[in-house]
Amino acid sequence: MPIKVEPVEVNIGPQHPSTHGVFRMVAKIDGERIVDVKMVVGYLHRSMEKLAEERTFTQNIPFTDRMDYLAAMSGNLGYCLSVEKLANIEVPERAQYLRVIFGELQRVASHCMATGAFINDCGAWQTPVMWCFRDRERVLDLFEMTCGARLTTNYMRIGGVAFDIPDEFLPALEKLVNDELPKAFEEYEELIVGNEIIMMRARDVGVVTPELAINASLSGPMLRSAGIAWDIRKADPYCVYDRMKFDIPVGYNGDAYDRMTIRIEEMKQSLRIIRQAVGDLPGGAHKTDVPLAIRPPAGEAYSRVESPKGELGFYVVSDGGPAPYRWHVRAPSLINLSVLREMTVGQTIADAIVTLGSIDINVGEVDR
Amino acid sequence: MTLNALRLIPMRSLLDLITGYWWDLRDFSNLTRMIYKHLEDWGFPDWSIYVISGLIGTLGIIAFIGGVAVINIWVERRVVGRMQSRLGPNRLGPFGLLQPVADAIKLMQKEVLQPASAPGLIYTLAPIAFTVPGIAVFAVVPWGRHAVLASLDVGLLYILGMSSLAVLSVFMAGYSSNNKYSLFGAMRVIAMLVSYEIPIVAGLLGVVLFAGTMDLQGIVLFQEENWAFMVMLQPLAFLIYFFAISAELNRTPADIAEAESEIVGGYHTEYSGMKFGLFYAAELINAVSVSAIIATLFLGGWWAYKLDELVPGWMIFIGKVYGVYFLFVWTRGTLPRFRIDQLLAFAWKWLTPMAIINVVVVAAEVLAWEESGWSAGFWIPVFIAVNGALTGALIFGFVKFFAPKFQRFPTRPRFYPDIDVPSLPAVTGAEFMAKGGQA
Amino acid sequence: MPHPRTMLLSGEEVADRIRRSLPEAVQSANDAYVVLEPERMYEAMRVIRDDEQLDGKFLTQLCSVDMVTRIDMVYHFASLAQNHLFEVKVPCDHEHPVVASITPLWSGAWLQEREVYDLMGVHFEGHPSLTRIFLWDSFPGHPLRKDFMSLPGGQKPGLSQFPKQVSGQTGQEFRPKNPGTGQ
Repeated sequence: MPIKVEPVEVNIGPQHPSTHGVFRMVAKIDGERIVDVKMVVGYLHRSMEKLAEERTFTQNIPFTDRMDYLAAMSGNLGYCLSVEKLANIEVPERAQYLRVIFGELQRVASHCMATGAFINDCGAWQTPVMWCFRDRERVLDLFEMTCGARLTTNYMRIGGVAFDIPDEFLPALEKLVNDELPKAFEEYEELIVGNEIIMMRARDVGVVTPELAINASLSGPMLRSAGIAWDIRKADPYCVYDRMKFDIPVGYNGDAYDRMTIRIEEMKQSLRIIRQAVGDLPGGAHKTDVPLAIRPPAGEAYSRVESPKGELGFYVVSDGGPAPYRWHVRAPSLINLSVLREMTVGQTIADAIVTLGSIDINVGEVDR
Repeated sequence: MTLNALRLIPMRSLLDLITGYWWDLRDFSNLTRMIYKHLEDWGFPDWSIYVISGLIGTLGIIAFIGGVAVINIWVERRVVGRMQSRLGPNRLGPFGLLQPVADAIKLMQKEVLQPASAPGLIYTLAPIAFTVPGIAVFAVVPWGRHAVLASLDVGLLYILGMSSLAVLSVFMAGYSSNNKYSLFGAMRVIAMLVSYEIPIVAGLLGVVLFAGTMDLQGIVLFQEENWAFMVMLQPLAFLIYFFAISAELNRTPADIAEAESEIVGGYHTEYSGMKFGLFYAAELINAVSVSAIIATLFLGGWWAYKLDELVPGWMIFIGKVYGVYFLFVWTRGTLPRFRIDQLLAFAWKWLTPMAIINVVVVAAEVLAWEESGWSAGFWIPVFIAVNGALTGALIFGFVKFFAPKFQRFPTRPRFYPDIDVPSLPAVTGAEFMAKGGQA
Repeated sequence: MPHPRTMLLSGEEVADRIRRSLPEAVQSANDAYVVLEPERMYEAMRVIRDDEQLDGKFLTQLCSVDMVTRIDMVYHFASLAQNHLFEVKVPCDHEHPVVASITPLWSGAWLQEREVYDLMGVHFEGHPSLTRIFLWDSFPGHPLRKDFMSLPGGQKPGLSQFPKQVSGQTGQEFRPKNPGTGQ
């Protein structure tokens, strides 16, 4: 006689060790297998888009720090690019190189965090997180050296960057890029990429087909893992990325393992970009003179950057006043989540955690 | 000057001062002999002498376990801290040694919460029932040539029974918590228990066959007699037992019952205060008791070639226990977790067949040994070579033929110098809608 | 062959392509964007996605702008294969904004449309699960509207239509009465 069973609803989050913030996943579970997933977000909603309408363009820069707080520089950069596009501001060459350097350093920091947290979701007992934190701290030290802040940097300005780099920055950066980080990445390769348990856990888990990836507007490592070589830095080069030589790492299968290896390879490519940018770093001003209460002409601009999470876009509408009329953020974390159900249904609860970890969401950016 | 002064002290006479007296703690039998003598002198009946000395021994072991539970919190956190490139607790007391005391004080101060609908008795009993087997195992573990609390002829059977009891109490905790996460942990534990008891028992059979006894002291004496640790004779059994017992202990890579990143805390999600503290301590105690079993069965217990003539046996034993315990901490600090189906498949498809093959081979070896009548001096090196080769061949063969095919795709990504998007058919979105959309 | 860097298609170009299949779907077009008729937008969107030259298979983003007299839905589409980007606008009524949902065409739209519904109050017809995403269900009004908690002399607050009136809701409360139940 078959036993009558019915699925159980389990709340994964908002307070859960692996939801990377206050994200809630209501999973309907039949045994260990997931039948249905519902996601609930909004616990960290700070209504930034509304607040931004009442602050000047310059005052809005700190909001972009608080959005994706693990990649503050990328947020700053994306927003400043959109206002510069709107107001047609020329940025000095040195500032553009500095933006590239800091953007790539931020990518390294964010991917370190993502990799470590992902292995932690696979069940390792904090060790990879601490190792990845160690390397992230080295990058954050450089941020602190330059702009005084480690997490919410608020470094980019409309028309350049806030401060020029101090004298001791370049030697420290060279040591980091040529010595410390490559060694650390070798360790990652040995310990993580070749680890058979990680392969067993992450291979064929959370698979995205290329068709679905494009249809669901995925971006960043999610899109690249599905076998689509797409990178805003190549497709729509901002700053001086068109002068840099680097490759786009692309996965085969679109699973969690591909996303992890792509992140590790991207960190290596970032180092490559930083080396080139430091080599060509020109002198000159680090900032053009832009009025603090800048009034861009009425109009609209959409600009996008490749943030560590994916395509970070800013849509700014100005009515000629000192504050944006409308300020919309295309948050890659939110949009990458839209395939969560496709990726998790039919897998076990342990796989769902791994899948969520491999998307690398940041709830600050999901909720804004 | 100091060296000369030291030479003046007659070492021999110092040793004479302690040898044979009850304060000669190199050998616990001196102490027990003294107790027996005094109790007899005072006119106690025979049976009460056994009761009293048994009680004293039990108290001694419990005191040791209590100390271990406190120290091991510090040990584990320090060792794992080193592995995680950080310092670990180092503020409280010398080298942070008082950290466990602070932890305990904090846990005692916390309110012990209990879910309203939890069955109180089972809920309260679970952490206690979890602690007892870990301590009880030590009753049959020999500490020295003359120091074993209860020399059971079925010592190994007793140990196997006790270690399964701990799993039962985990189920009690998870089931009575009235929490979905806890229930998941409990169910996973039962699935794991059913699977992993078999390789554990089948793995230990090889040891028993060799030693010809289930008495732990007898197994140690067998190793002394044949001048070889059991891990040399039975490397495969050691590996099987180590993996299987680390699954039963709920330690990574098999900690699916508490799986912090998946089901929060598993069976102890709802526990707080000192009830949780008891779980936490019992986990360490169980790890130590399992380390003691491994040290006794596979690493010679209190015996270590000629070393046990210089150093007291119980010191060697504790040293070995901590050596094995370090292995457990090491695996915990480095490995990720298996998924439950992979873990069970590992037990059924890998460990169980290996253990059975091992038992067959060992039985044949023991038969050859007894029938041939040749000395151990000839057979033991042969067995070491044969079993070592067997272990290597089995592991290599299983990896070669039964490994999961997770390497269909390359492990490294491709590299594109420029954007490259294959032209794909447009997804109609109908598939997406067919699933009912997302809510 | 993809463009070496993203080309911005002008509105007229996009309008031409859409007019070939749907002559009356385009309202107007300029350099930057093309404005679609709200009634015909779903078919036009299908053309945008399936047209070979437009190839808007990748919905870059969608959002809404409150233009006081109307609400504009703003869509940015990209073609990854050809590497171009273009912008499409769909105006809708300010009081009763209703547009067709494009979630059946682009599954990436479903979270963003929920976000627009939540913060701007635009209804999407055909959306599989149009519920609030960031705010709680009984939140009064839609905060990204310019008249949300507006100053005196401005427009009337947008509380009258959205969300569906929950009984007992006065519009003054900003916290749910029974947290967690959505009441």
